[in-house]
Amino acid sequence: MRAAQVPVAMSAGFTPRPRLSFGLALPTGAESTAEYLDVVIEAERMPTVPDTSTWLLERVAPVLPPGLTFDAAVEVPVGAPSLQEVVVASTWELTLQATPGLGDGEELGRAVERVLRAPELPLARERKGVTSIDDVRPSIESLVPGRRHEDLHLTAVLMTEGRALRPAELMRTLLPECDPFEVLVRVLRTRQWIDDDGARRELLPAAGAPTSARGETIWTRPIPPPGLSPTPASPRALLTTI
Amino acid sequence: MTTTLPDLWEALEPLLGRVAKPARYIGCEVGAVVPRHGPGKVSWLLAYPDAYEVGQPNQGLQILFEILNERDDAVAERTYAPWTDLESLMRARSLPLFSVDTHRRAQEFDVLAFNLSSELVFTNVLNMIDLAGAPVRAEHRDESHPLVIVGGHAAFNPEPLADFIDAAVLGEGEEVVGAINEVLWRWKASGRRPGSRLGLLRELATVPAVYVPSMYDVTYDGPRLVAVTPRYSEVPAVVHKATVADLGQWPYPKSPMAPVTEVVHDRLAVEVFRGCTRGCRFCQAGMITRPVRERPAEQIASMVRSGLARTGYDQVSLTSLSTADLSDIGPVVQSLVADPTACGTPSVSLPSLRVDAFTVGLAAQVAGTRRSGLTFAPEAGSWRLRSVINKLITEEDLYSAVDAAYSQGWTRMKLYFLTGLPTEQDEDTLGIAELARRCVELGRRHTNRASVTVSLGGFVPKPHTPFQWFGQNTPRELRRKIDLLRGATERARGVQMRWHDPAASVAEGLASRGDRRVGRVIERVWRAGGVFQEWGEHFRLGRWEAAMAAEGLSIDWYVHRHREGDEVLPWSHLSAGLHHDFLWQDWQAALAGSGVEDCRWTPCYDCGVCTGYGLEHIVASPVPPAGGSQGTGQDLGRGAEVPVRLLSAAERAR
Repeated sequence: MRAAQVPVAMSAGFTPRPRLSFGLALPTGAESTAEYLDVVIEAERMPTVPDTSTWLLERVAPVLPPGLTFDAAVEVPVGAPSLQEVVVASTWELTLQATPGLGDGEELGRAVERVLRAPELPLARERKGVTSIDDVRPSIESLVPGRRHEDLHLTAVLMTEGRALRPAELMRTLLPECDPFEVLVRVLRTRQWIDDDGARRELLPAAGAPTSARGETIWTRPIPPPGLSPTPASPRALLTTI
Repeated sequence: MTTTLPDLWEALEPLLGRVAKPARYIGCEVGAVVPRHGPGKVSWLLAYPDAYEVGQPNQGLQILFEILNERDDAVAERTYAPWTDLESLMRARSLPLFSVDTHRRAQEFDVLAFNLSSELVFTNVLNMIDLAGAPVRAEHRDESHPLVIVGGHAAFNPEPLADFIDAAVLGEGEEVVGAINEVLWRWKASGRRPGSRLGLLRELATVPAVYVPSMYDVTYDGPRLVAVTPRYSEVPAVVHKATVADLGQWPYPKSPMAPVTEVVHDRLAVEVFRGCTRGCRFCQAGMITRPVRERPAEQIASMVRSGLARTGYDQVSLTSLSTADLSDIGPVVQSLVADPTACGTPSVSLPSLRVDAFTVGLAAQVAGTRRSGLTFAPEAGSWRLRSVINKLITEEDLYSAVDAAYSQGWTRMKLYFLTGLPTEQDEDTLGIAELARRCVELGRRHTNRASVTVSLGGFVPKPHTPFQWFGQNTPRELRRKIDLLRGATERARGVQMRWHDPAASVAEGLASRGDRRVGRVIERVWRAGGVFQEWGEHFRLGRWEAAMAAEGLSIDWYVHRHREGDEVLPWSHLSAGLHHDFLWQDWQAALAGSGVEDCRWTPCYDCGVCTGYGLEHIVASPVPPAGGSQGTGQDLGRGAEVPVRLLSAAERAR
């Protein structure tokens, strides 16, 4: 943002920090074509431009590291709910290596069926040295197994409210005998969902999404959410990694 | 260019989710030059034998990376020591060491060139050669393997690595890499024929500043080193260091990088001068980098401006061995803080602060309103001992610096000291506690929160310094002194103390002043799993002791023994330009407690460097900056007005 000369607002306090927030953290080692970033811009230092979103995308594009692109931006009013608050679920495309422990596709299908039918799924999870046993079944919305080339494939929609279920944790539930890191060869987040009056929609919905170099869908045409106030500006950028 | 080997990235990528800090291995730094491989180009893999976050900010490596990639006949990439978690995954899958830029296998490069900033990384060098798929011992490598070259400060005594490396470069690499590249280009163009390695090494041995250990025979008489003799007539008896005459001719890095993960020096670095003639006798960096060569002020300003714009950093470090010694440092700093970019005023950090009120004034200019800790390095607890080590800071200097700092809003002082220095007595050690106590006392006049942290390091004598003959203190003696000082500081209000592990100093001392026989010890420590030796969690002195015992070598003889004046030292055939007689006389002067002045501002005492190499100091001002004694012990108008504006309390609060 500094190299792009975007006047990002700073937090108050002894150690001011740029007011950027990614909402849901992407697990280490995972890829994503659907990351969102809230950027708070200081109106005073903002140059006069016809369209803040276009301006932001154009400024940032040349300075991003390889593999990172900003695809869309939209202004949201200051004080709008944070990404953390509005995102309720995300879609994951998981590529699984056909290891001996995993067996063939049928075995994965059976595991998926077992998990989806289970009334509850206790899972021991550790955080900051404290182990707790949580029922993770409510975190799993849907699981669709499949095959892509010679690899097995799983499309998962996981809820993000409360303590989100990570893809590696999902694998421990599905295939307790397998080392999730041996099995998961690719973890890709493709969508983040919000609840719009009972209807699921993407934060920045798009029509006719083109595909990235790796064949993933990316979104380009933002539709501003209703009730958008023109100033002060606070673009919400859709960030994708390909 | 196509490669016949399968893409390494495909095998590597799935492992990255399983290791700590995977961003260590992906490169992708903002601003990094993209290496362009091509037929006939000599390819260099520049290696830093420590973790990425330590090595990435290294300026030497970044400079050579750019200089080589600017050439039509060379290409360079970078690599760092993979952390132990990734290393075990790589070894389990037979994946080799790789470059972080394009993820090429190390064996696809013509040269594997290590930057050695310290001696404790030596075992990592062996580990990386091994991970590169090459035999660790140079004699077992052939034309199919990359050439292993080392450079950097710790390469000034490369003898402990002599069995493992093909060549060492002494001094500054900017010009030498070109000369080496030309020799390698001809060798590569002639087809790297079987049996051509010896000829190549012989030719490299004639390139100035290049030392090829295998071109020298070493003779011993019992434990004593008797001679190091060239094997061929064209091989020089003494190899001299390379020195860039004018830093202004080398405005590198031109394309500084901003990494995508946190690193140890996470800010833009601009080198403002090279070399230091303060003459601190313990300091190897000051001795081997003479003379002083300042970068022109306008070049500093333009490198800062363009570097900040390219990287997006909001902080710049003006680096050197003593940045407050730069001529016109005041105006230089002033112009930086008065030149806000679109993203506000850059914050300027001044490492290696000198101890005086002038320096504090500078620090006050750049520190903004956030003032927590300020670090000074008086190094010794008494004037007598500071005269021995030639760090000529008077107590008035220290107290005026500390008083100025507290009065300007700082609350915490960090004071660096060495222990185990030549002639050190317990009263010198206890003097540290007294200095710290008085500093807190001064601070309490300004703030109730005033505190001082004393950081104590064990002194390790280094080659090419007047202390190269000194027998290092035993860990037992160092521990006794640490305990002595702990006892004295325990009851002092506001004084905290930290210290370094004396055990690690033993291994560092062994590797610093070792000869070729220490090579087998390093190999044993490496084979026993001793990598990342400068990381406390990986260091165990027991491994080094066991390896020394197995080789029948004495730690006491190598580390704790005082050397004699006529002794052939393992690095006697390698020269940083300093006359043997100068170093010996300076050692004798040290023992007599007599200091020397800084020769950039006073007449030449002929240490040998300028006269021997036809160099001279390049400084913009022929007189030292005013204010304090400037650590020279000379009266430089102490008490005169400090030529910087100190902020009032009201301004600071803003």
